[in-house]
Amino acid sequence: MPPSDMIVRGALWEGEPVDLAVSDGRISRFEAAGALAGETASEIIQAEGLVLLPGLIDCHVHLREPGQEYKEDITSGLQAAAAGGFQRVMAMANTVPVNDSASVTRFMLQRSRESHPEGPLLSPVGALTVGLQGHVLAPMHELKQAGCAAMSNDGQPVDNSDLFRRALEYSSDLGLRVIDHCEDSALAGNGVMNEGSMSNTLGLPGQPTLAEAVQVSRDILLAAHLDIPVHLAHISCRESVELLAWAKGKGVPVTAETCPHYLLWDEGRVQGYDSLAKVNPPLRTRDDVQALLQALREGIIDILATDHAPHAGHEKEVPFAEAPNGISGLDTALSLTWSLVEDGQLTEADLVRLWCSGPADIFGFDAPRLAPGQPASLVLFDPGIVWRVSAETMHSKGKNTPCFGQELRGRVRSNFLAGRLIYQEK
Amino acid sequence: MHWPHKHLLSVSQLTVEEIRHVFELAARFAEINTRPVKKTPTLKGKSVLLFFAEASTRTKTSFDIAAKRFSADTFSLAAQGSSLQKGENLKDTALTLQAMHPDLLVIRHSLSGAAKFLADRLECCVLNAGDGWHAHPTQALLDGYTLYEHWGEAFQDKTLLILGDIAHSRVARSDVELFSKLGLTIRVCGPKTLLPPNLASWPVSVYSDLREACQGVNAIQCLRLQLERQKSGFLPSLREYAMTFGLSPEHLRKAAPGVRVMHPGPMNRGVEIASELADSPSSLILDQVSAGVAVRMALLYLFLTRTD
Repeated sequence: MPPSDMIVRGALWEGEPVDLAVSDGRISRFEAAGALAGETASEIIQAEGLVLLPGLIDCHVHLREPGQEYKEDITSGLQAAAAGGFQRVMAMANTVPVNDSASVTRFMLQRSRESHPEGPLLSPVGALTVGLQGHVLAPMHELKQAGCAAMSNDGQPVDNSDLFRRALEYSSDLGLRVIDHCEDSALAGNGVMNEGSMSNTLGLPGQPTLAEAVQVSRDILLAAHLDIPVHLAHISCRESVELLAWAKGKGVPVTAETCPHYLLWDEGRVQGYDSLAKVNPPLRTRDDVQALLQALREGIIDILATDHAPHAGHEKEVPFAEAPNGISGLDTALSLTWSLVEDGQLTEADLVRLWCSGPADIFGFDAPRLAPGQPASLVLFDPGIVWRVSAETMHSKGKNTPCFGQELRGRVRSNFLAGRLIYQEK
Repeated sequence: MHWPHKHLLSVSQLTVEEIRHVFELAARFAEINTRPVKKTPTLKGKSVLLFFAEASTRTKTSFDIAAKRFSADTFSLAAQGSSLQKGENLKDTALTLQAMHPDLLVIRHSLSGAAKFLADRLECCVLNAGDGWHAHPTQALLDGYTLYEHWGEAFQDKTLLILGDIAHSRVARSDVELFSKLGLTIRVCGPKTLLPPNLASWPVSVYSDLREACQGVNAIQCLRLQLERQKSGFLPSLREYAMTFGLSPEHLRKAAPGVRVMHPGPMNRGVEIASELADSPSSLILDQVSAGVAVRMALLYLFLTRTD
């Protein structure tokens, strides 16, 4: 047997140390630690103490290019993704212009190949309606042929239930999943944070959980009635979880994601009018956080996504009500969710399901698996490193995260996509 | 008394002792307003910037008068005619104002948290003269002082009713904080569409019937109904509001003897308050305006003479 291209020694896989060898971009051997002790390779990585994970997939990011490159561009966004352990990101369509035509989709793909030829991979999400206006269906066949991996009106909820029904029906011909941002615009009103005692104290208009849950119930009923799958974005509250539990019990083809920020923080984070904690849907209560964590453990919520929403510093440095919604998430997502493993809220196997195999299954990508013969798409994560979230350590242009300035535990050391190194921590 | 606060952002930061101290100072300074020469050199050489990014008559004028009573220099900046209107953001406005070295800035702004936003960025004292729905601490202090003039220290056994649009009212929020600290029993009354969510976390009892709400109360704070609430669907009509929640002399019959009526102004006569009630001897509405000058004199004195 010829020597391998790379050998990784002693990394922890589900708590057990393993050795693995990579040849021609694929895993050639995957065995208990020590099995490859005598072997040689062009590169040998001593990975004792590092956690081995398959490459992560983020089905919900905003990369801002084209149009708002001062917030983020495809280059910086993919760099943040690589540093965060991600190997594929799905970029939402609310760019300027909106990604509702093949030319925008192709432009995004071209920019990603130019800036990151080795990866991470970019999968654009096409607009569900022209200009995200909610009036006319976008040309979904054209968008699929150009490379879109799903359809969504994210950021501009579709209030018209009949149009949304047509969108589900039309997209189902293509086998593309619709991702819905569940928000009843009238109920959400001009709310800028969760409606409750905290909004009352701060004198800020609140957005009730109802605004999300009413649309979640609509989508569940449509999916059941039409027997067409739908994926619900950034679920944030207990009512939605209870509706999803009911739907899954009935076998309705509905899947859902939630985001690290809804698991780590609650509405208390807004105290002091901290606009870094302003996001839509808003941070909810402790009780909602508990409901979401349980839903992730039980599979009621299928996957995690960042809803990475970078903004420029000056845009967030305004009175709370005027600040744009969004949290920059790619750089910190794995560290934040790893902390839930350390706290015993989730298991390492949960994380692999929520960040890797789950999103692959829902959106039709090959699920990353660590086994002989599979592509060597793997992440080495050091759970012991303590690092400070800062302008220097974040790769995204958007520094807008509530944990800015804080210390986090755990960081990606290296990220290999099909055997090629796409990120190496310095 | 040592005054530990650099800024006044909300009533919640004040202790009962500090609130009483403001009342005592206001009572002392009120006398200056009745002199033939209404001026002392107390704050001579101090610069007070009045930054009112939202319309105001009494608050702005009373801050202006209060500062001038103590010989401080005042400078006014309104949103209209300022760079804010040209799209300058609040941070840049703040830095620009800072560069002019005021000793104290009074801010009124339509957005909750705007006063704190400036306090976080300015070196001078910041006094919140109303930010969005959040807080209006000088109004609450003058409301408290108005009743203190009438009742003295005997707040403990009194009941106050706050009537009207509680949800969108910074006055209601600050009044609830202030009067609950002073030991009053507080009731609120209004249609549910104008009551905030999660009232359970407030130290108030909630009434939907105005007659019941008035029973046995010692004072009523009647809030201004923003007329646009009707247009935005919170109310069927102003007529129905006036008939159901408008305060009239007959409501006072079941109140405690000597009940007093307040209104932070400006009033909609015939909507939230009957015209004859506003002009009746029960009304403290003009006393509130005079109290506003005295309380703001006390506050300017405390904030501009404080030492760290």
